[in-house]
Amino acid sequence: MKGRWLTWAPLGFFMALALLFAGRLLWPEEHVIPSRMVGKPLPTFSLPAAASDRPALDSRQFATGKPRLLNIFASWCVPCAAEAPQLMALKQAGVPIDGIAIRDARADVDRFLARHGNPFEHIGLDARSSVQLALGSSGVPETFVIGGDGRILHQHIGDIRADDVETILAIWKEAQ
Amino acid sequence: MRAPLFLLALAVAAPLTAQTALPPAPYANQQLADPVQERKAHELMLTIRCVTCQSQSIADSDASMAADLRSEIRARIAAGEEPEQIRAWLIERYGAWISYQPTADPITWPLWAAPIALLAGGGALVIGRIRRKRRNA
Repeated sequence: MKGRWLTWAPLGFFMALALLFAGRLLWPEEHVIPSRMVGKPLPTFSLPAAASDRPALDSRQFATGKPRLLNIFASWCVPCAAEAPQLMALKQAGVPIDGIAIRDARADVDRFLARHGNPFEHIGLDARSSVQLALGSSGVPETFVIGGDGRILHQHIGDIRADDVETILAIWKEAQ
Repeated sequence: MRAPLFLLALAVAAPLTAQTALPPAPYANQQLADPVQERKAHELMLTIRCVTCQSQSIADSDASMAADLRSEIRARIAAGEEPEQIRAWLIERYGAWISYQPTADPITWPLWAAPIALLAGGGALVIGRIRRKRRNA
């Protein structure tokens, strides 16, 4: 009896593996890489101004006692244009938002903001993605909630959809 | 008439997928002058995973973020940083996920134990067989 069970064991093992492989092929894992910097202080940086009518961005502007949003975007990024109305809604709700433009040029940022609206107070230009790397951010757009003590409280990966606005607003309010 | 026109259009078309208006970072595609430093940097790049194209190392990837990371790594090596320091810096930000170098974290213990377990299992089987054969002989 025991012998028969052993005969079928390899086949069973093979079937289980085949099912696992087929499952992963049909429903691939969507791999987002969350930043390990959440909960840690914002890295120090000082970026030049990315737009002609907004001041430059310095990490010291964050530890002021009030939570702020830090939006990573780029004029060449399509989902960034898609999330513009949601950022506007957050701004209208009273959330101060700063931006970092990745691998961008000032003329392009100006054009992007003229077309999609400008919810930002400061915009820094990260021409070589170095601040993005320091933040552990893996793409554009991403949005960080920075606490009044300069700590990173939350990371939103991808564009902010209409139903994400409430969540982000709640996290920001809780940090007050 | 249409085919040559189409080909001409293809030839002069700017790539739509271009991600950025900026030229690549200084050291994205240019080697360091010092061959020892360049080798250190390149060996590290082969073991760092690209965050936007997740099955490639940054040495293999054309993504602009990989190019920026290559440049950052070369600049840091040129400034005297050690490859393992840079790896640690990246792991601190992206987790062990970013490094292709296997770690000894508890999650990988079964993987490290597998060869030993297989050897032990195989050995037990062989010993069992030999004993049975001797008894039968």
